[in-house]
Amino acid sequence: MTASYFDVDGTLVRTNLVHPTVFYLLNQRTPLHSLGRLARAAIQGPRMALAEMRDRRVFNELLFSVYQDMSQDRLHILADEAFDKVIKPALFPEARDLVKKCRDQGHDVVLISGALDFLMKLLADHLGATHVIANRLEIKDGLATGRLLRPVVAGPEKARLIREHARANGHDLDHCFAYSDSYSDVPMLSVVGHPAAVNPDLRLERLAHTYGWPVLSLEAKGARGPLRIGPWRLS
Amino acid sequence: MTHPLVVTLDRKSAPRTIFAGDRLVEVDLPPGTRVIYPRPPLTALKDVDAAIRYAINHPYGTDPLHARLKPGMKVVIAIDDISLPLPPMRRPDVRERVLTVVLEMLADHGVEDVEMIIATSVHRRMTGSEIRHIVGDRIFDAYYPDRLYNHDAEDPHGMKEVGVTDHGETVELNRKAVEADLVIYVNLNLVPMDGGHKSVTVGLCGYKSLRAHHNPRVMRDCHSYMDPKASALATSVERMGRLVNKHLNVFTIETTINNRMFDTPLEFLAKNEDDLSPAERAGLKALTFTLSKVPQPARQAIFNRVPSPYGVTGVFAGETEAVHQHTLAKCFEQYAVPIKGQADILVSGIPYISPYNVHSFLNPLLVQVMAQGYLFNSYRGKPLVKKGGTMIITHPCTDQFDKAHHASYIEFVHNLLPETRDAMELHKRYEAKFAANPAYVQMYRTGHAYHPAHPFFMWYWGEAGRQHLGRVIVVGADNEYIPKLLGWETARTMTDAIDMAKETAPSSPEITLMHYAPIVMADVT
Repeated sequence: MTASYFDVDGTLVRTNLVHPTVFYLLNQRTPLHSLGRLARAAIQGPRMALAEMRDRRVFNELLFSVYQDMSQDRLHILADEAFDKVIKPALFPEARDLVKKCRDQGHDVVLISGALDFLMKLLADHLGATHVIANRLEIKDGLATGRLLRPVVAGPEKARLIREHARANGHDLDHCFAYSDSYSDVPMLSVVGHPAAVNPDLRLERLAHTYGWPVLSLEAKGARGPLRIGPWRLS
Repeated sequence: MTHPLVVTLDRKSAPRTIFAGDRLVEVDLPPGTRVIYPRPPLTALKDVDAAIRYAINHPYGTDPLHARLKPGMKVVIAIDDISLPLPPMRRPDVRERVLTVVLEMLADHGVEDVEMIIATSVHRRMTGSEIRHIVGDRIFDAYYPDRLYNHDAEDPHGMKEVGVTDHGETVELNRKAVEADLVIYVNLNLVPMDGGHKSVTVGLCGYKSLRAHHNPRVMRDCHSYMDPKASALATSVERMGRLVNKHLNVFTIETTINNRMFDTPLEFLAKNEDDLSPAERAGLKALTFTLSKVPQPARQAIFNRVPSPYGVTGVFAGETEAVHQHTLAKCFEQYAVPIKGQADILVSGIPYISPYNVHSFLNPLLVQVMAQGYLFNSYRGKPLVKKGGTMIITHPCTDQFDKAHHASYIEFVHNLLPETRDAMELHKRYEAKFAANPAYVQMYRTGHAYHPAHPFFMWYWGEAGRQHLGRVIVVGADNEYIPKLLGWETARTMTDAIDMAKETAPSSPEITLMHYAPIVMADVT
């Protein structure tokens, strides 16, 4: 049996890690709480931007620190709504067909993402994926500490997690597939026999062309709609 | 007496100029070599629109189109894709002219539910501008993309099974066509293997149906692809097509074109080098020199930017098989040159274009298709070269692929061919899994890539040639490993290649050069 490993943000959905986070920040107990959290996140903005360029793992840790002191209940209660309003509408039109095609081939479909695990599980259920490897918030006394549990799913760590998953499930990596949109996922793409660049950034597209990796689009054969978080239109 | 298009070289003959991809090369061939030239273009119809109207009003084997129309009926019009003709035709393409007449007639009879499908089968999706080139601005603007679109053989809800033939061949077609009240097929027939039942049965099908005949067993049994009566492929497609026509209401419109592939000032490419005027000789020299100096994209542009000024030679409409007989007759009239006796050594230049690289590069797998597939099969009767003979081709065999169109070809050539060149083995061990590769299938569906089954079909396309030929020698390859992967030998010059070929040929071997392009077929007795 073989497996298909899918990065999520930018690959299967148009959103990135920031979009659901903003949704959570906007949906605090009171508007004042929301404003406070957004302001704290905004202060972190330049550091996050710098980290995004240098080290995806540090970026993830900074981003998820804004969840500090959010209750586990709130995180889970809002998850369905965050999924329905932010992630689901941003799914690329062909994503479900591609996952189905993989399942039809008997592949395990594994979502491997820096996003939060409870949101990724909802996405996995929606798409028919079989496994999720995602980031987990540390919870103490029912509250998020703002830290991520180890291992942090990002960059080269994804490659190690894929190797580990394949070993544990008896998959031959030479026969496995991996899909990502980002140059930062080259390590994860490089460990499988069948890597593919999906809606790739420029650097990944260049690399994919050099190595003859398939470059594919999950856009429908038409236009894309605007990206929204609840009532807010982002693009 | 030999045919005027068959020229025997003597010591005074000028060197022959033949294609080597998108370059031209001068080759010296031994005295006594036969050179077969294409027929000059047949006279084109003077009033094509009148011929179209006449054909659909006086069809073969069925009622006129207008008599088959009812207000409110659902009509699907399927259209041949950009792989026909080669190179693309100067606007207006004959398909635009046929569609204009047909759409007017449908409107006049109250038929409004009309969809047009580009019958790509597992070829790549055509781009908007390519579709516009074929159907014209007016039709494109009115119908694209909602009612004029590419066939998608991998659309999970877009295909429907029609039935299974008594030979166990599954016929599955585009659902829209299966559920339509009337299917009108608008064909452009370039060579005898096009058209007939192949139009609907292959053009609108998917992998499930194709594998019934696009396999090494059937391909080995084709003698040749260009002679439908001797082609196991055509026989299988015919069986499936008859089943289709039992279930679907099909009205076929076929068109034939002449051999006017090159416009002024490139017309001299189709002529005997000894008959060129001084101006033409200078033009040929200048073109050969220019192509040898300019970079590849410029060479591609020189040939691709100029559509061909083909003339329409026939329009036939009605019941599929009755129509196709007339189409075939016209095709053979244009291409077939009578040849007496087979050759021991067949020489051929490989041009820059094949049906599968319109607007992209002729990659190594397609070079193989051209050599052992199309050019080897350009015969009727006996193969032009004897069993176990040698084929010498001129091509650089550059290890270059179009990443968007031919992504799956790269893996096929570089990962599978090093494992085995045996078509049966490739078919059994790799084809089904490769054809279902989700990434490549996605590229076919939403990008402009050929279906992942296609590189296998391309390898099988060369199977009859591989089984028949003793050796293939490439002159002018820019690398050694691609010819080796394809199972070919290399030579630096044509003289070296002829010497190598003579080692395994009888003494005083018969050497024949097929002078492509334009298209020429040998009627060998």
